[in-house]
Amino acid sequence: MQAFTVVDGLVAPLDRSNVDTDAIIPKQYLKSVKRTGFGPNAFDDWRYLDPGEPGMDASQRRVNPEFVLNQPRYQGAEILLARKNFGCGSSREHAVWALTDYGFRAVIAPSFADIFFNNSFKNGLLPIQLDEAVVDQLFRETEATEGYRLVIDLAAQTVTTPAGEAFGFEVDPFRKHCLLNGLDDIALTLQHADEIRAYEQKRRAEAPWLFRETAS
Amino acid sequence: MAGRTLYDKLWDAHVVREENGTALLYIDRHLVHEVTSPQAFEGLRLAGRQPWRGGSVLAVPDHNVPTTDRSHGIADPVSRTQVETLDANCREFRITEFSMNDIRQGIVHVIGPEQGATLPGMTVVCGDSHTSTHGAFGALAFGIGTSEVEHVLATQTLLQKKSKSMLISVDGQVGPGVTAKDIVLAIIGEIGTAGGTGYAIEFGGEAIRALSMEGRMTVCNMAIEAGARAGMVAVDETTIEYVRGRPYAPRDDEWERAVAAWSELHSDDDAEFDRVVRIDAAGIKPQVTWGTSPEMVAPVNGRVPDPEQEMDSVRADGMRRALEYMGLSPNMPISDIAIDKVFIGSCTNSRIEDLRAAAEVVKGRKVANNVKLAMVVPGSGLVKAQAEQEGLDRIFLDAGFEWREPGCSMCLAMNADRLEPGERCASTSNRNFEGRQGQGGRTHLVSPAMAAAAAVAGHFVDVRELAS
Ligand code: SF4
Repeated sequence: MQAFTVVDGLVAPLDRSNVDTDAIIPKQYLKSVKRTGFGPNAFDDWRYLDPGEPGMDASQRRVNPEFVLNQPRYQGAEILLARKNFGCGSSREHAVWALTDYGFRAVIAPSFADIFFNNSFKNGLLPIQLDEAVVDQLFRETEATEGYRLVIDLAAQTVTTPAGEAFGFEVDPFRKHCLLNGLDDIALTLQHADEIRAYEQKRRAEAPWLFRETAS
Repeated sequence: MAGRTLYDKLWDAHVVREENGTALLYIDRHLVHEVTSPQAFEGLRLAGRQPWRGGSVLAVPDHNVPTTDRSHGIADPVSRTQVETLDANCREFRITEFSMNDIRQGIVHVIGPEQGATLPGMTVVCGDSHTSTHGAFGALAFGIGTSEVEHVLATQTLLQKKSKSMLISVDGQVGPGVTAKDIVLAIIGEIGTAGGTGYAIEFGGEAIRALSMEGRMTVCNMAIEAGARAGMVAVDETTIEYVRGRPYAPRDDEWERAVAAWSELHSDDDAEFDRVVRIDAAGIKPQVTWGTSPEMVAPVNGRVPDPEQEMDSVRADGMRRALEYMGLSPNMPISDIAIDKVFIGSCTNSRIEDLRAAAEVVKGRKVANNVKLAMVVPGSGLVKAQAEQEGLDRIFLDAGFEWREPGCSMCLAMNADRLEPGERCASTSNRNFEGRQGQGGRTHLVSPAMAAAAAVAGHFVDVRELAS
């Protein structure tokens, strides 16, 4: 996993609440058995005017000039500014893969859906929750200033505006540690393999029906 | 010591270790389908890992499978690759799979309970947000992402933080013609699609207790549409009777021990919840969604709301956008909305009881002329067989419905079943997001009885009036 320390990135505003995972990556792209290559289809239904199917060459498609991410000023954005309940809907991690493959490193919103929030950390995408009033302010500033950037410092847990105004954010210490160091959860968990086995042994005695094999 | 909630009990029983508020939670049952697992198996392979306890896993292809004749396999090469990848991964890692032509194949959230693979007191996960369904059994069940699928395969555990707890008590009794689907849509209308974010919801109250297991599954299924990863219902006689005798259920002495253990799976009388919501069951009417989020819902005898009347400007904008997408005008009666297609199916409403409820409305009637396609997609091969035994297929076919093979189908349109742009569908599924059932498609979520009533009327109609 790519580590996250400091990102100084261009901000793109997506001014809608309840952006769902079907919108972030439509279902036809979930047929892929890979983890990569979803970026050209992030927000597919909004981004293009023609209906998209897997395998199409994105450069040949009709782009929707109205969609905010298609505006020249937001090309190369690494920070997505969004509204409440971002990432609601399905558990598809493809939504996170689409955002990271597109080039986003962080999403700032007043609230996130739980599964999306979890999935983000597993892929080096930092979801930052800020107060609605602060998000409002960031929307205003982003829209008013071409080339608007924010600096996100994970170690310090701050988002800093070009004017030097810094907003603190919360992050779970364990997730922060993993993200700062780009650590793989599985290897960390397997350090506790003995404890997992001990739990299983005790539990098997108490409730053997939980351990019945599916192949029977 | 204060009493514990059902959620507390399930949680406590599965903590392997805890550090700084993050628990390593043991997972009893892992359900797997073809869409969210390939990258997880690939991860195992790359790291040279094996499943920790392959016998805890049950796999099934459901999202991509065709619902028409399967004897020639899957026509779409991309879908076929995904299903074949699941088959190959299950062979390689020795995981039990109900493959496409197995009679036990079906939607992952239908087959788990049907097989007794979902049991009270379990932790159940699946790379699918509607895993909340299994909470109906007094289990802690929630959807996970693909990285977590890999984590569970490799370690049999998940790193989790405990959620807050919410009790939604549906007090009193619902009127005739009002179903589990209407209850849960009314709840979402009340608390909103983010109302449950950060919470594990326990559904209780007289109206929930009165529901069958099928009904409880419908309610828990849509907990995620209220933002909660997990929804659950306490164990009672209804639960135990449903589980008894299922293929993976405990037997003999073990059954007795299990039943004794399961009788503890309810919140203590003095348990405290972080939030309590009370809903009066008698006030719930048959529901129809009018927008592009499940919270955009109204009673069938109501009207499409008017954004001009909405004080909150962000909400009003959302409503305007939804109405435009849905092709509806403010203040029009819900019952004036004509439909093009009807879909009865999905992990929300494709169980035998759902099909019975729909068949009862359809019996002796015909699908209206303006309805281009009305389809019934049973939740599993076994549900299909049971329905055929009861003659429900004949009722649907005689009325002009199509009777299909089991799978997710037009719930999310990954297979060939989908809406064309602008088409309007009465659907028993769980999501009405833009494009969910096909790009440009318009989805109205309803109960099976309401979908059946809409099919015969050609527009939404109060099933309670149709019946009389
Ligand atoms: S039926 Fe629909 S909601 Fe349920 S698992 Fe399948 S796609 Fe997901």
